[in-house]
Amino acid sequence: MQQDSRSNRTKYWKVFLTFARNSLVRDMTFRTNFMLQCISSIGWTMMNVGFYLIIFQYTKSIGADSGWDRDKFFLFIATTWFINSLVQAFFMPNAEEFSELIRTGGLDFALLKPIDTQFLVSFRRVDWSALSNFAAGFIIALIALYSLANRQVDPMVPSVLSILLYIVFLACGVVIMYSLMICLSATSIWLGRNQTLYNFWFYITNFSRYPMEIYNRGWGRPLYGFFTFIIPVLLVVNIPARILARPISPQTWEDQLLVGWGLIATLLSLLISRWVFKRALLSYRSASS
Amino acid sequence: MRFLPIVTQIFLWYAIFDSIEASQGGKIQDTEIRGFHFTDIVAYYLLTMVARAFSSMPGLASGIAREIRDGEIKRYLIQPIDLISFLLLTRIAHKLAYYAIAILPFALVFFLCRNYFTAGWPPWPVLAAFAGSLIMGFLIGFFLEAAIGMIGFWFLEVSSLLFVYMLFSFFLSGHMFPLTMLPDHVATFVNFLPFKYLAYFPAAIFLGKIPEEDLPLELAIEACWLTFFIVVCRYAYARGVRRYSGFGG
Repeated sequence: MQQDSRSNRTKYWKVFLTFARNSLVRDMTFRTNFMLQCISSIGWTMMNVGFYLIIFQYTKSIGADSGWDRDKFFLFIATTWFINSLVQAFFMPNAEEFSELIRTGGLDFALLKPIDTQFLVSFRRVDWSALSNFAAGFIIALIALYSLANRQVDPMVPSVLSILLYIVFLACGVVIMYSLMICLSATSIWLGRNQTLYNFWFYITNFSRYPMEIYNRGWGRPLYGFFTFIIPVLLVVNIPARILARPISPQTWEDQLLVGWGLIATLLSLLISRWVFKRALLSYRSASS
Repeated sequence: MRFLPIVTQIFLWYAIFDSIEASQGGKIQDTEIRGFHFTDIVAYYLLTMVARAFSSMPGLASGIAREIRDGEIKRYLIQPIDLISFLLLTRIAHKLAYYAIAILPFALVFFLCRNYFTAGWPPWPVLAAFAGSLIMGFLIGFFLEAAIGMIGFWFLEVSSLLFVYMLFSFFLSGHMFPLTMLPDHVATFVNFLPFKYLAYFPAAIFLGKIPEEDLPLELAIEACWLTFFIVVCRYAYARGVRRYSGFGG
């Protein structure tokens, strides 16, 4: 049994590598297009960085006493960029294709294959050009870390432990986003075609782009609660960014509670999305003749 | 749902004003960035929504480019229909039909947010200028995008070019933030570009950020840009049709 599951895992890994390679081959067939895509997504990054630089001309931090000053906020941005680029590279093209598969009835072929359907539909395409934003995020993070370590007022160098935790929770963030995306695209089975999927995704993930403290006031509280506990998109970027941007040792128990909830939320959202996906498949009716 | 992105922006700006206020002392009502109070920022975002409702042209340029690529554009060459006027009329009809319905949620949101418009209704010449700038914004948006679509006569694939244009128009039209917040030397340069008419300009008129005596001149400059884009679009179409050879049956 043990042997079996291990060989299964290597098989899935091999299949995934094949998918990745095929996509790379496809991307490289239209090399100019690939380069243009990379350049335009980096252009998008530059514009955002420009926007935040403009903001920090007028203010020292985002929110009073929240501790998100310029360097730390740019660490936050870099985290957003890491997660978004991973999601866009691995899951976004598949989610788009998935609703097409349902509409055209092409899902039949996916169901027939002797492989887990969720695995098949969520890893088939890899958009390599989206990874250019990962590189851009890396550069932003390096610059922010450098300036954080060398500045006059309370300089800070993150410890090895916090970097390790950062990577772990970055992965958790990606998993939460993936689960959310699977849930959203599974709804297209019920709705036949879900054109607003993309908009919906955009609107929801929009909330994850800023430090969560800014929602925690007045009439933002319901939103804060909703996007922390029901649809945990606020955790996605905030937890890893906090781990990296704040020293670990003097932590309030609220921070630790949040980190714990982050782990639970990751697990829960993965399980729920799996359940939703299976339920949705049950109501799939083929579309072709 | 369209207002949700604004909600996050508003929280972001509130946090920004909050921290400026905390570091400088004083009340949040008195804090301002380049003449924009917090309430102005909220009003600004709402007004840019209106401006974008007029000036955004989803799928126009890519549609033209696709018709060129697929050879569907032939039908405008044989039928006695002018492509550009046909598209323009379609757009107007579409916008009218869509916003005849969408005006309800717009009105509701504006009513709920009426306290953010601290100055109340502007005087009627300003309102007239606002209306004029909206209509011209619609036309500039149309002819600018149509002209970009005409590039399809020369390059078959324009999607990446379009993306670059969208990037610029998003950033430089003032959709993201009021353009006056740009550093001075950049702001003067951006002021010469036509992008600001797509979002920033109408909102700035409504909020009285443009002095009333400058309005006629500014509107005249906008009209010049509009003429420029009409000419470019027409010229590109005429040249493009001559270059065009129909593929496919």
